[in-house]
Amino acid sequence: MSLLQVRNLRVEFPTRRGTLVALDDVSFDIAPGEVLGVVGESGAGKSMTGAAIIGLLEPPGRIAGGEILLEGRRIDNLPYERMRRIRGREIGAIFQDPLTTLNPLYTVGRQLVETMLTHLPIGPAEARERAIGWLEMVGIPAARERIDSYPHEFSGGMRQRVVIALALCAEPKLIVADEPTTALDVSIQAQVIALLKRLAREKGTAMMLVTHDMGVIAETADRVAVMYAGRIAEIGPVREVVKRANHPYSQGLMASIPPLDRRVERLAQIEGAMPRLSAIPKGCAYNPRCPRVFDRCRRERPDLMPAGATLAACWLYAPASGEGHAP
Amino acid sequence: MRAFFDSDLWWSFTRSPVTVISAVTAIVCIAGAVFAPWLAPHNPFDLASLQLLDAFKPPAWSAQGDPTYLLGTDDQGRDVLSAIMYGARVSLLVGFAAVAFSTLLGVTLGLLAGYLGGKVDALLMRIADIQLTFPGILVALLVDGIVRAALPRDVHDQIAVFVVIFAIGISNWPQFARTVRGSTLVERNKEYVQAARVIGLSPARIMVSHVLPNVMSPVLVIATLSLGFAILAEATLSFLGVGVPPTQPSLGTLIRIGNDFLFSGEWWITIFPGVALIVMVLSVNLLGDWLRDALNPKLR
Amino acid sequence: MFAFIVSRLLQALPVMFTVSLISFAMFAYVGDPVVIMLGQDFTEAQRQQLIRDLGLDQPFFMQFATFLGNAVQGEFGLSYRLSRPVAELIAERAPATLELAFTAAFIALAVGVPMGVYTGLYRYSWLSRVFLTFSLIGVSLPTFLIGILLILTFSVWLGWLPSFGRGEVTRIGWWTTGFLTWSGIKALVLPAITLGLFQLTLIMRLVRSEMLEVLRTDYIKFARARGLSNRAVHFGHALKNTLVPVITIAGLQLGGIIAFAIVTETVFQWPGMGLLFIQSVGAADIPVMAAYLMLIALVFVTINLVVDLLYYAVDPRLRIGRGRGH
Repeated sequence: MSLLQVRNLRVEFPTRRGTLVALDDVSFDIAPGEVLGVVGESGAGKSMTGAAIIGLLEPPGRIAGGEILLEGRRIDNLPYERMRRIRGREIGAIFQDPLTTLNPLYTVGRQLVETMLTHLPIGPAEARERAIGWLEMVGIPAARERIDSYPHEFSGGMRQRVVIALALCAEPKLIVADEPTTALDVSIQAQVIALLKRLAREKGTAMMLVTHDMGVIAETADRVAVMYAGRIAEIGPVREVVKRANHPYSQGLMASIPPLDRRVERLAQIEGAMPRLSAIPKGCAYNPRCPRVFDRCRRERPDLMPAGATLAACWLYAPASGEGHAP
Repeated sequence: MRAFFDSDLWWSFTRSPVTVISAVTAIVCIAGAVFAPWLAPHNPFDLASLQLLDAFKPPAWSAQGDPTYLLGTDDQGRDVLSAIMYGARVSLLVGFAAVAFSTLLGVTLGLLAGYLGGKVDALLMRIADIQLTFPGILVALLVDGIVRAALPRDVHDQIAVFVVIFAIGISNWPQFARTVRGSTLVERNKEYVQAARVIGLSPARIMVSHVLPNVMSPVLVIATLSLGFAILAEATLSFLGVGVPPTQPSLGTLIRIGNDFLFSGEWWITIFPGVALIVMVLSVNLLGDWLRDALNPKLR
Repeated sequence: MFAFIVSRLLQALPVMFTVSLISFAMFAYVGDPVVIMLGQDFTEAQRQQLIRDLGLDQPFFMQFATFLGNAVQGEFGLSYRLSRPVAELIAERAPATLELAFTAAFIALAVGVPMGVYTGLYRYSWLSRVFLTFSLIGVSLPTFLIGILLILTFSVWLGWLPSFGRGEVTRIGWWTTGFLTWSGIKALVLPAITLGLFQLTLIMRLVRSEMLEVLRTDYIKFARARGLSNRAVHFGHALKNTLVPVITIAGLQLGGIIAFAIVTETVFQWPGMGLLFIQSVGAADIPVMAAYLMLIALVFVTINLVVDLLYYAVDPRLRIGRGRGH
């Protein structure tokens, strides 16, 4: 059974000028121990999906439809207090900017101990020992001395390691990592990703890895979901999506990654920009930019349908329409 | 004018009912005060018309009220409403004059500090810092006290209004000076000022004509917010008996005079001027708050 | 820590120096103290004698040095109005003002901080709206009008509480306190509320806006994402982070209490230093004004120092020297 199931998730933002639909009909599963990469442009709804799963959508955003199940139990409609017990304990989170994620007024040790005491049946002394263990595990040198340091006494990369320790210390089954390396120095990004990958594997933790860095996805993820304008455009095994993307948007996205193995004159880029939430076109949201657009794309919105080894929301793969052409 | 009604400022004004109400209230208060000699039902300073028999009349709507005196009369038979209108005149006069004085002083010193830099700048800003350590009302009280002590009594009584304007104006200049200095420092290093120097134009002149337009909106916001402070400061000084002389009573003076009759039950003599003061200050402050948000300069 | 205190003290020195220079200038140049002290009839010999006694024949710096020396010992000469030593007058009035100011500060903090936290956490509740409306009126109401309204309501109409004076006071050494008698406490209620109300609304608005700011930060979101209890998030993490700016501004506001005490004491005829000061301003009693000025400056400098120390205690980022950041 899947660890996490997201079914037809819809998130809305009521505003004065009408309701914006930030996420529409988003469905995917994550199996225990699996790493699902979520990619897309800024504003595609990647972070929003993560926030909805940990139950921390920014008001006035709200889940307007669909459901989220963790080990078969619904968690999207739990009262605040019951959801709080799941956060940290069963679903951990890692945020983008390690410089702002840690409370500047408490030592890292205190923040670790506090998290463990909230969720685990252990005493303060035991929690402190484990906190030192966690700092060692995430690669903080001289952890026993540094446990009483304040966040500002660490560098950015070290702080993100502390954040990872904090997200993992109550041993959750799932980690939602929202752009965990974007704010870091390029030279440190790889180390932190390697650490995250190693720990997830050792602890058997599943992960939803939100990023716009395809390199990180290709390196880390088992499967990948491509999001566009609040929907999933394509989802499938990472190898397939990277090498043989089926949705025209994913193809465009993959073509814009600089290949490592050969020189190219010019990287491909997708014409135009993603529509704002208030102006999503009728039919397929990608149709104004799509090089292979046809009539149906402008009229009807496609759902995910089998396309090669992946699922793609594209009429090109409509089963018996006759209008579609295989790529 | 057309441009004004099309502007964002006007748009944000019409979008905020509280602001519209405060603006209308402020205009009514100011008009009532400015045109008091023509609008007021009585002349409270015309001794001939005062009837001691009419003293201590409660407001018109109470049992012993007299319809000629809408808000009642004071101990000398003066109409409270008329006294308020004349009093508001003094309060507003002092308020506006004090703000004008501190604006002039603050903007000039701010320009000087920013332009000259060095020791002048350090000295002026140090003084501003020290002064800002103390609440404005305390500085106004001290300046007022010192000037009082320095002037002979009869001279002082004649120019008491100016002393109050001076004291309140002095207590408020650092805010203006700091803002203007900041903008001046930014402008001074721009290339056109350097260029002006090279071609022999007086850079000081260029500074004034370029810096002043830039600081207009923050200065306007500070001035509006200062007006509320200045009116309150005047009322406080006059209430304490060290403000304007009783021969030209302001709202604060009226409240002070009325305060003596609180215990004998004539509450209206003090409460109505108080309400007038609150309404005036509240509407000015709300306008200032709105202006600050609407112009959104980097102020707190 | 030690270096920190020393540097703060060094910053306070110019303030004290400037203020004492102003005080001294008032003494030396405002009015003619000799004429004021001698009154109408005096001989030239008496005048010369007094000038020598007061040291007025000395050069400026000598006079200023003498003034400073005396000031440090709390010696400010005789009040022109009451012909008694200024230090004695102030010492007599200080307990009344200090008890009033501390009670007002206590009310402002004890009520203002929880109200600010509440309105920050529950922005849209009806009680928050009530608090905010109340605070808007609070900032626009002048202190003396609050006093008058309270007197009218609770003394004149309801007759519950006294409207002037300190009630019965108890003498403990040179200190007189109103805390120990029922009538003293009753007399304190209205003045303390009057004085505290303005600061209360300011502190409430400040705590609220800081709270809103902090609740938006990533570390609060992360604290929630770690599943910490609401209590820990709100009070352990959010409130502690609002403390840093709140301490600074609230500290300075509490200094304002001393200034507004002048007004409150006048309204309630409270026999404190503020009433003494305003009477001195009315009578151009320079020695009392000068001494009061110095005292107020000292209070403000002390408050600033305490604020800095608290700041230092709350925010580890200021404790430089023990960091090993790289």
